[in-house]
Amino acid sequence: MSSQKRGKNVQAQNRTSQGSNSFQTTLSAWKVKQDPSNSKSISKHGEDNPVGDYEHADDQAEDALQMAVGYFEKGPIKTSRNKDKTLEKHLKTVENVAWKNGLASEEIDILLNVALSGKFGNAVNTRILKCMIPATVISEDSVVKAVSWLCVGKCSGSTKVLFYRWLVAMFDFIDHKEQINLLYGFFFALLQEDALCPYVCHLLYLLTKKENVKPFRVRKLLDLQAKMGMQPHLQALLSLYKFFAPALISVSLPVRKKIYFKNSENLWKTALLAMKQRNQGPSPEPLKLMLGTANVRPLKRKWNSLSVIPVLNSSSCTKECGKKEMSLSDCLSRSRSFPLEQLQSFPQLLQNIHCLELPSQMGSVLNSSLLLHYINCVRDEPVLLRFYYWLSQTLQEECIWYKVNNYEHGREFTNFLDTIIRAECFLQEGFYSCEAFLYKSLPLWDGLCCRSQFLQLVSWIPFSSFSEVKPLLFDRLAQLFFTSTIYFKCSVLQSLKELLQNWLLWLSMDIHMKPVTNSPLETTLGGSMNSVSKLIHYVGCLSTTAMRLESNSTFLLHFILDFYEKVCDIYINYNLPLVVLFPPGIFYSALLSLDASILNQLCFIMHRYHKNLTAAKKNELVQKTKSEFNFSSKTYQEFNHYLTSMVGCLWTSKPFEKGIYIDPKILENTGVAEYKKSLNVVHHPSFLNYAVSFLLQESPEERTVNVSSIRGKKWSWYLDYLFSQGLQGLKLFIRSSVHHSSVTRAEGINYNNQY
Amino acid sequence: MDSYDASESTPRQSTSSRPEDYFIGATFLQKRLESVRKQTSFVPTPPRRKIPHCSLLQEDVDLQKVAFLLHKQWTLYSLTPLYKFSYSNLKEYSRLLNAFIVAEKQKGLAVEVGEDFNIKVIFSTLLGIKGTQRDPEAFLVQILSKSQLPSENRESKVLWTGWFCCIFGDSLLETVSEDFTCLPLFLANGTESNTAIIGTWFQKTFDCYFSPLAINAFNLSWMAAMWTACKMDHYVATTEFLWSVPCSPQSLDISYAIHPEDAKALWDSVHKTPGEVTQEEVDLFMDCLYSHFHRHFKIHLSATRLVRVSTSVASAHTDGKIKILCHKYLIGVLAYLTELAIFQIE
Repeated sequence: MSSQKRGKNVQAQNRTSQGSNSFQTTLSAWKVKQDPSNSKSISKHGEDNPVGDYEHADDQAEDALQMAVGYFEKGPIKTSRNKDKTLEKHLKTVENVAWKNGLASEEIDILLNVALSGKFGNAVNTRILKCMIPATVISEDSVVKAVSWLCVGKCSGSTKVLFYRWLVAMFDFIDHKEQINLLYGFFFALLQEDALCPYVCHLLYLLTKKENVKPFRVRKLLDLQAKMGMQPHLQALLSLYKFFAPALISVSLPVRKKIYFKNSENLWKTALLAMKQRNQGPSPEPLKLMLGTANVRPLKRKWNSLSVIPVLNSSSCTKECGKKEMSLSDCLSRSRSFPLEQLQSFPQLLQNIHCLELPSQMGSVLNSSLLLHYINCVRDEPVLLRFYYWLSQTLQEECIWYKVNNYEHGREFTNFLDTIIRAECFLQEGFYSCEAFLYKSLPLWDGLCCRSQFLQLVSWIPFSSFSEVKPLLFDRLAQLFFTSTIYFKCSVLQSLKELLQNWLLWLSMDIHMKPVTNSPLETTLGGSMNSVSKLIHYVGCLSTTAMRLESNSTFLLHFILDFYEKVCDIYINYNLPLVVLFPPGIFYSALLSLDASILNQLCFIMHRYHKNLTAAKKNELVQKTKSEFNFSSKTYQEFNHYLTSMVGCLWTSKPFEKGIYIDPKILENTGVAEYKKSLNVVHHPSFLNYAVSFLLQESPEERTVNVSSIRGKKWSWYLDYLFSQGLQGLKLFIRSSVHHSSVTRAEGINYNNQY
Repeated sequence: MDSYDASESTPRQSTSSRPEDYFIGATFLQKRLESVRKQTSFVPTPPRRKIPHCSLLQEDVDLQKVAFLLHKQWTLYSLTPLYKFSYSNLKEYSRLLNAFIVAEKQKGLAVEVGEDFNIKVIFSTLLGIKGTQRDPEAFLVQILSKSQLPSENRESKVLWTGWFCCIFGDSLLETVSEDFTCLPLFLANGTESNTAIIGTWFQKTFDCYFSPLAINAFNLSWMAAMWTACKMDHYVATTEFLWSVPCSPQSLDISYAIHPEDAKALWDSVHKTPGEVTQEEVDLFMDCLYSHFHRHFKIHLSATRLVRVSTSVASAHTDGKIKILCHKYLIGVLAYLTELAIFQIE
């Protein structure tokens, strides 16, 4: 229903209620309905009807319901001649409204009383009970009252059964459960009655809290089990008891999934569905305890863990082991501890973070995003160590290329790695276990199996000293890199780019969080920067060699330049004092590329380097004091060298004079007539087709085009044309690095020799 | 897997598990990683080891229990440190494990902890089975079956035995906090299904992890050399090697038995550094055996795979099975196995 329509309904109801005050009976149902937040629960029918009709129909139905409820409340009128007919009419009314819209909690309260007090016959009671469908919630008091009626003994066995089935089905819609929980002992006693036992078991299953599990109840349940054998409903309750009190009871459920409770809800299935839709939002997710076998996997494993990742369980067992010696303070602290099974939301986590009962197997946190939050901020070393050991061993055990290959198992391993990577992305942090796993498994990896997962693990290696990890990781990766296909090379470069980004992000956060302390190892900013710069240089070497191996592939070059797009912006984007330029092998390959997009990317990167270096220079001048992070003049010289070469080629048509120098004699020997112009923005092989298109656009009839005609005014038009073709990098580069003088072919460049 | 809601992604914590937090406090996790790095960057095994001494058993050792450990075939497992294990709770553990086993065996039927079952679980410490005073006490778990007849001499039969130990485990002990008990070597004797049930209980209760510990040919050669080097008063078994030739349809096994005194004589001829065994000596020892065999049978044993080594001290199979024969060298044998187990869990 659209919000607009809902709005109309609210209005309609408000008006109705105002206009029909006189009809209000002792029932306070109207009050509930008046509440706008509840109003959406009112009928959905006749959306196209004019408001008047709708209002009218609704009015009538409500009136009839009030009368019906009033009728039942008074009890059967003995004298009335057509009593059956009246009864039937009122029953129908109640049923219709209940199944359509549900009943208000006050109505349910009254009708429950009627059904269980035995005023009417069994058949009527049954019919009333079956339509006790709440519009929103059932009040706890009604349930308590109803239970007290059961003790009077006015209703038949079948009504009792039906009541418990109803209670189980509607359990989630009861507004509070504290009072009901106080009746735990009463319900427990009902287990004796064979007919009630399955439903009461189910009710107890929903109701049981840790404090309800007592030794005498355990014994009683075991007696029942001895009497009745392996009943699924008893099994379920017993396993829940074991869950809360592993020191009292032990049970292991069969691996195959079973239905533990059946038939309780299906009488009200459709009504429940409708109700859930109506209640969407406000009603909190009911707490559902999972039985150990809920996530059954087809693969049977030797050690009966059902999945690689253990099921989440509180560690109550280890705690209670030393029960006898437990001190008073332990008792007190334990009562305050917050069981994991109840952890449903982030606010809950925040409130209870100091007293959380940790899982008995730390590996289970991988399956819970809330506990991953916990792992992320916890300083408790044992927690991290437990997780470390579990993950390291599991990775080692599951890793498929340690064993005979097996397809099913392979997929499982891939899924497991995916789970880990998801967790790492979620935490924005790598796990040490994964790093240790890479040390061991990289030398054995074929480069194919789980490639994507493996390379993602590489990109999440926690920040550390590059020279220390290089022989363990990067050198081994390099062997695969050089001997594999171009696609593998590209994926490695991609993951190294992500690694760099993760390191930079982490360092930039870290530096602003606390002052850099002088600690013996690589924890100074200088040390960290050194490590990052070594990584960049390493990727530079890889890239240069890869370009040679792949004969200057454009595809590969794109991935390399992507990496340098990250590198060139470190100073500004991450606020870290580091500028590393690309090696000449990459720069010249890009400058002489036949692909305009490569050249465009190169221009963009040069533009960003320019910005970063200028910003750095400015900061140095402001600070004046000599800091260890002032870039050496070599970096500036290197950049100027590149810049000069680039401007010489693209703009001033004087290539290889400044910047890179090539003896003119050699250039003449190449036989290219006008080599000087041949690399400018017009003649550069990657721009030539732009130049031709530009000319054809200017004068479409022209048979022959002369690209050399692009000069003077045309030159700037041509530039505008290039910019309009999406070459934004070129635009930024020219704007920042080339000065336009009034003369159209500007030659002055501002490459700041004062650097 | 829960769905990860992008909107609630975690703000990064400066207090998270990052190197410098740990460098300053030199925390255990960092030590752990350091030690893994060391392990992986160098040759995995040190090039030299001590020849086991017979005097290594601690004084308080219970000889009866030691005798119980000998002459049985044990399946080896490595085990990560046990979290919150307490030697004062062994009785309670017995009760819990007992109920757990019974419940596992009759799937679906709940049992009360502490009830009288037809099996019995006993936890007991193995005093004196340790290399240094820092090593945690070894302990033994036994599953006994109680006979149903209430006769006078209710002789209970041992169904399954397993024990946990740590001999010279310093390298591991240094990298964990006091909440953990390091017993990296676990030895089991009994059906695999029982081992699985008991292992599962330990994994659930102490958040540890069992992995089968296989012994590769390289380590088997070391065992052969070290055990041949042991001084024996009298030899109880011949020295025997088993090589496996991978060929179809059935693999071919080559057994090579030597009189233990001849083996010792060969060892003495290659052995130079007193009290120690070096990698070169191990290689030389094995090469001598290979060339001797080649001279007679024209088969290059170095091209096959060593799968079993038996000596009077102990015998070991590549599948991770071991039988210890000589109580004098029990600690020496266990020390090497502990080293292998620690290497596996690093």
